[in-house]
Amino acid sequence: MKSKNLIVFLIAAVALLALPLLLQTQGNAWVRIVDIALLYVLLALGLNIVVGYAGLLDLGYVAFFAIGAYLYALLGSPHLTETFPAIKAMFPGGLHAPLLIVIPLALVLAGVFGVMLGAPTLRLRGDYLAIVTLGFGEIIRVFLNTLDHPVNITNGPKGLDAIEPVHFWGLNLGRPLKLGDYTISSVSLYYYLFLALVIFTVIISHRLQLSRIGRAWMAIREDEIAAKAMGINTRNMKLLAFGMGASFGGVSGAMFASFQSFVSPESFSLMESVMIVAMVVLGGIGHLPGVILGAVLLAALPEVLRYVAGPLQSMTDGRLDASILRQLFIALAMIVIMLVRPRGLWPSPEHGKSLKRKSGDATPVELAGVDNPADEVPHKPARSMSINP
Amino acid sequence: MEILLQQIINGLVLGSMYALIALGYTMVYGIINLINFAHGEVLMVGALTSWTVIGLMRDAMPGAPGWLILLLALIIACVVAATLNFVIEKVAYRPLRNSPKLAPLITAIGMSILLQTLAMIIWRPTNKAYPTLLPSESIVVGGASISPTQIMILVVTAVSLAILTWLVNYTKLGRAMRATAENPRVASLMGIRPDMVISATFIIGAVLAAIAGVMYASNYGIAQHAMGFGPGLKAFTAAVFGGIGNLAGAVVGGILLGLIEAIGAGYLGTVTGGVLGSQHSDIFAFVILILTLTVRPSGLLGERVADRA
Repeated sequence: MKSKNLIVFLIAAVALLALPLLLQTQGNAWVRIVDIALLYVLLALGLNIVVGYAGLLDLGYVAFFAIGAYLYALLGSPHLTETFPAIKAMFPGGLHAPLLIVIPLALVLAGVFGVMLGAPTLRLRGDYLAIVTLGFGEIIRVFLNTLDHPVNITNGPKGLDAIEPVHFWGLNLGRPLKLGDYTISSVSLYYYLFLALVIFTVIISHRLQLSRIGRAWMAIREDEIAAKAMGINTRNMKLLAFGMGASFGGVSGAMFASFQSFVSPESFSLMESVMIVAMVVLGGIGHLPGVILGAVLLAALPEVLRYVAGPLQSMTDGRLDASILRQLFIALAMIVIMLVRPRGLWPSPEHGKSLKRKSGDATPVELAGVDNPADEVPHKPARSMSINP
Repeated sequence: MEILLQQIINGLVLGSMYALIALGYTMVYGIINLINFAHGEVLMVGALTSWTVIGLMRDAMPGAPGWLILLLALIIACVVAATLNFVIEKVAYRPLRNSPKLAPLITAIGMSILLQTLAMIIWRPTNKAYPTLLPSESIVVGGASISPTQIMILVVTAVSLAILTWLVNYTKLGRAMRATAENPRVASLMGIRPDMVISATFIIGAVLAAIAGVMYASNYGIAQHAMGFGPGLKAFTAAVFGGIGNLAGAVVGGILLGLIEAIGAGYLGTVTGGVLGSQHSDIFAFVILILTLTVRPSGLLGERVADRA
């Protein structure tokens, strides 16, 4: 069994490593799609901490993405030095912030914003929280749009451009890398960077899930009062969830900015937040493989659809163009998947396996948002609990 | 002073539209605890339907008076929107009644995107000029002007609210709705069919949304596929502001939000010396919302709900 797992793991690793090299022979556009999908995986994993583990519905998650992206954009584009003579005087050659500074900075800044958002919302539950986070997302977006006066920081709706690509250890991801006579394109290099980040995030998420903190989050998700009664510091745990989730968003935002080399407030609309929530829920909330699946599905498939949209567009007299088709697909996927599999495509295994009902029993009643607590099985006596296990 | 009066009038008009939409959100939420994200899109469908009807009717009977055309368009829009919302509930929400709570939320979001996309396909993604069917000369009251369209909005809102109050408080259906909101299982023991009540709620919500849509389009003179999103979001904010699930709260929240936004838009620039301007009026509303909820987590008129008995 162990060796079989190892083989599967090796095959997956080789496939993941070889994927961009195969795709880039078909054109860099395909690798780009995969890159974007990986960024969304990163975002979805971050949001999964907030929504999936701690059960706090965050509809403004894209704000942290935006914060990370603008941070990188400001540090990596000539905008600041051009606008502020003082900064120009300090850094005559321009700010060329290296990756190893920007990533921790984005992480910390977004995390701080996450805690700032979390602090006033601690007493709110459920849908009130959803609307406040949504409002926060809008506030950030409006400020990105309007902070071009009186002091021009974000350059308003025009956005920031000429953002430097990621460069570290003498490696510039903006240029193709030549190894002998074999060329690895720039997008493929980004792929490896993003893949590394995703793997790193998966490991952290996984370890968190199994840790004391993860269990505390899940206890809060299931029943906040009971969690409090068990001695969990719900305030700190919720703030931690907000902060950690946000910091992943910030990092992926920074990556997004360097990858696109252009950011504008348009990329951070409410629709993006909603899409990330949809990825988490569609895939299987709180379950890492499910979340990854959901993100890849919603991010990559619609892009692939663009390539088949041409014939459809001519057939329908231009009414069904690529972007409309993409939206149609996303909408239908969200509705159909939820109707067929309300717990997501790849949900986490049910809690309380030891008390599995006999197969003949009626389907269990699902409580809203909660997996059936094991000792609340209908028509069954409550679980006998020994005092000294 | 004139500016203040003018902004109060604008705020009331805006707020009454928010109130109409917020009622739909809050009624649905009160009964099935779902944020119906597609509600704003129902508004949009109502507005675009009325736009089509107005276009057709102007061709069919050129001499008809404006108010008659508007009234007929309004009625048809209400019927279409009600049917649509009824179908949406049946297809997308009802099968998920007992699912995890986020599942219907996602189908609601999906429905919202779907309706927007379908509207783009049917009506094309362009801005449509919405004709002004009422006289356009404004009436001047104490230095502030108010147009017949705005008067119509205020009157229609007042009438709709009166009818809704009567419906909820003095009819059998209203009693059934209140009972279902309180406790669906006990209500069904009392001989109420929750499914029917829920359908009725969606239909009423859709009618209010369609009215708001037609009003919105005639006030701003424009209709397009994404028009439902903004007001839908604001109205939901208003519903939460007032205490979600509470009908009076939705109205109070809607009107207050409208006033805050209008007055904020009018004065924000002068007060802050041009640092913040009318483009910040959107977030002004959100900031107020966040502050309110920090102090009163259940909204202005919301009751304190016990944390899960």
